[in-house]
Amino acid sequence: MARMTGAQMVLDGLQREGVDTIFGYPGGVVLPLYDTLPQFPGIRHILVRHEQSAAHMADGYARASGRMGTCLGTSGPGATNLVTGICTSWMDSTPVFALTGNVARSLLGRDGFQEADITGITHSITKHNYLVMRPEEIPLTVREAAHICRTGRPGPVLVDIPKDVFQETAEYDWPEQINLRGYKPTVDGHAGMIRRAAELIDQAERPIIIAGHGVIWSDAQAALVELAEKAGIPVITTFLGIGGFPESHPLSYGWLGMHGMFYANMAADKADLVIGVGMRFDDRAMGRFKDFNPGVKIVHIDIDPAEIGKNFPVAVPIVGSAENVLPRLAEQVKETKHPQWVRWIDQQREEHPSLYIRESRRMLPQYVVRTLYEETNGDANIVTGVGQHQMWAGQHYFYKRPRQLITSGGLGTMGFELPAAIGAQVACPETETWAICGDGGFQMTLQEMAVLVDEGLPVKIAIFNNGYLGMVRQWQHLFYDKNLVAVAMTQPDFVKLADAYGIRGLRVETKAEVASAIREARTYKGPMLIDFQIDQEENVWPMVPAGAALSETIEAPAEELAR
Amino acid sequence: MNTAVNGVVKDRAGHHTVVAIVEDKPGVLMRVSSLFRRRGFNIESLTVGHSEAEGLSRMTIVVDGTSAPIDQVEKQLYKLIDVVKVTDLSQEDMVARELAMIKVRCNNVNRHELLDIANVFRADVVDIATNSIILQVVGDEDKIDGLVKMCEPYGIRELSRTGRIAMVRGTKTTTVHDPEPERIRQFHASQGRRVEGELPFSSD
Ligand SMILES: Cc1cc2nc3c(=O)[nH]c(=O)nc-3n(C[C@H](O)[C@H](O)[C@H](O)COP(=O)(O)OP(=O)(O)OC[C@H]3O[C@@H](n4cnc5c(N)ncnc54)[C@H](O)[C@@H]3O)c2cc1C
Ligand SMILES: Cc1ncc(C[n+]2csc(CCOP(=O)(O)OP(=O)(O)O)c2C)c(N)n1
Ligand SMILES: [Mg+2]
Repeated sequence: MARMTGAQMVLDGLQREGVDTIFGYPGGVVLPLYDTLPQFPGIRHILVRHEQSAAHMADGYARASGRMGTCLGTSGPGATNLVTGICTSWMDSTPVFALTGNVARSLLGRDGFQEADITGITHSITKHNYLVMRPEEIPLTVREAAHICRTGRPGPVLVDIPKDVFQETAEYDWPEQINLRGYKPTVDGHAGMIRRAAELIDQAERPIIIAGHGVIWSDAQAALVELAEKAGIPVITTFLGIGGFPESHPLSYGWLGMHGMFYANMAADKADLVIGVGMRFDDRAMGRFKDFNPGVKIVHIDIDPAEIGKNFPVAVPIVGSAENVLPRLAEQVKETKHPQWVRWIDQQREEHPSLYIRESRRMLPQYVVRTLYEETNGDANIVTGVGQHQMWAGQHYFYKRPRQLITSGGLGTMGFELPAAIGAQVACPETETWAICGDGGFQMTLQEMAVLVDEGLPVKIAIFNNGYLGMVRQWQHLFYDKNLVAVAMTQPDFVKLADAYGIRGLRVETKAEVASAIREARTYKGPMLIDFQIDQEENVWPMVPAGAALSETIEAPAEELAR
Repeated sequence: MNTAVNGVVKDRAGHHTVVAIVEDKPGVLMRVSSLFRRRGFNIESLTVGHSEAEGLSRMTIVVDGTSAPIDQVEKQLYKLIDVVKVTDLSQEDMVARELAMIKVRCNNVNRHELLDIANVFRADVVDIATNSIILQVVGDEDKIDGLVKMCEPYGIRELSRTGRIAMVRGTKTTTVHDPEPERIRQFHASQGRRVEGELPFSSD
């Protein structure tokens, strides 16, 4: 045991928990922490340009690496700026450790300068949070918070520390053991339930697996492949489950949902058994609940008991971690195939090839994504914003690995793209990383280009410039009688902006230049921005209109295909 | 809120009596109530107090089960780190009680009537003044509703009800047998305490 300041304890604790990077922004109350940072050369601090980005970077870092991401903000506005990012990781269950400073203890509760009740504010968007009132409490708090953050169903935690607690000294005593009476995640999966699930799978004529984000968090891709192959079950994923099953696999049928593949939606709707793994039956994935595949039996494997039965009645609930449950299930199911069922889905795919890109002289966004896929051999990490470009990035790039697509699904946070890509690039310095940005969303966090320069990160920025808040324009076009209100935007010169930040920029105005621009960006060592001036009017298809059932999936109307 | 049939307390249709054993820490009540609010679970009553175990509080929550499936309420409660154990007492044979204080208008003429009523309900008189009286009554909600109704014609000046607390009959308990290690107990005991002190000259 040694005497240490609170600030030293925080940094030492984080380091013991494996933290090597903090995305942060300073301010008065965290100055003691910043003052201490140089004593911890093992921790790289990345100075962001807005705290929201710090939280997104930590999130991108976590999603790309599977490790906990860490962000830091000062009290008051620093802390509240983190909120959107924390909520983004809350909705998608990613392990982010948010650290904030607060005003000195004697000022707490008295509306001190830059005081914000950040623990109160984040109660409903963190897995747990702490206000630490004594330095002695720091080691246990850091240990507990990190444990809660990355075990069970991962999720963000927040630790708020008053300024004078950073400064005070106390005996440092790192707890080897923790015991949280109220937190004991079930990870094993009940043997009897696994048995029953195996029976249902053996009896099923039209089984389908829907793999979600949980498969990725539990690194269960191999086990999933084993189960699918042995029992001959076709696999579709949720949007966040993309990469949980290799899309090149013969049993892969893409992803389902509002903008999922027609045949994936039909397969989910016509199956007699749905095996949901690490997914939460979200409404964007399942369409109108009431009319989802009447009569289907559901086996639900999820680490969070509260997800089971939340939206659909479940025939066999299995509470446990996918990487533990799937191999045991694979062991118990009979080896079989479902040729008729698979043929039926294949036929759907032939008749409704949702991913076909029509010949066109225009620079179709689908074409840009597909070309990027081809040029990068499908190996790049893809990070997206929210909107049409996000859907095209999910549809027209084909993913092989877990963690390859990084995207905000549950909260749908525009502005996620660039900072999350930065976090992902920090976590995986060797992996080619592309930020696929909306021209709208990019402008919410574009200032982080400065971080690319500061840190020498070779992120490639592809702006899908349609001059619109495209996804909203699509809705106004389809559901509000083409009454376009507040969606057209005059865009700045993105290339000049890049230039102003010291980043190489390139404008691409014709289809013919797409491939060569991508090649140029790939051979260029540093960060680079490409402004793809894509076709402005293109809509995302297929589509399950809001409130409709999966069986009501609409494909691209003929007049749009004729454009 | 409940009807006693043959001495066995049953919840009103759709109502559930849920007991949550929670860590005795600042903010835990807010965590629980904010969970109910954001999930749209309606609370009929919620009471908190110490339990038999040091460091653990006991919350008794009467939930309107028509606002949410009760297993969702339980599972969502379990997701809170500070919630250690959740039991739906409605599945059990339970004893449920509430305490109420009723300040009733009265004068020398009708005070006797009120005392008679109190007697019937086995309510205690805990304060008496020239033109008011405070009755204290313990019982299930129906009994309290009954007394309140009888007092109404006299004029109720103030009414305060505690909300329900409940226990399972017999030897069965809803307690937790997982004592906190001393070190962690100390830590928890100290968490969140306000440090008294002078305002510093300036803040930054
Ligand atoms: C514009 C837009 C359009 C969208 N369109 C679609 C669409 O068409 N289709 C679609 O699917 N989504 C779509 N989404 C995303 C959608 O909103 C949800 O985010 C997504 O469906 C959630 O996927 P999920 O359930 O797999 O992941 P999450 O929401 O991250 O849930 C993960 C689940 O896995 C569980 N889990 C975690 N760890 C483990 C483990 N170790 N073992 C087992 N289980 C575990 C968790 O408890 C949780 O239940 C869209 C989003 C946007 C912004
Ligand atoms: C922070 C935030 N504000 C608003 C929205 C609502 N919204 C969803 S998609 C979208 C349009 C996105 O436009 P852009 O980034 O240009 O992408 P595009 O759809 O054009 O590809 C909007 C405004 C959101 N998801 N996030
Ligand atoms: Mg746009």
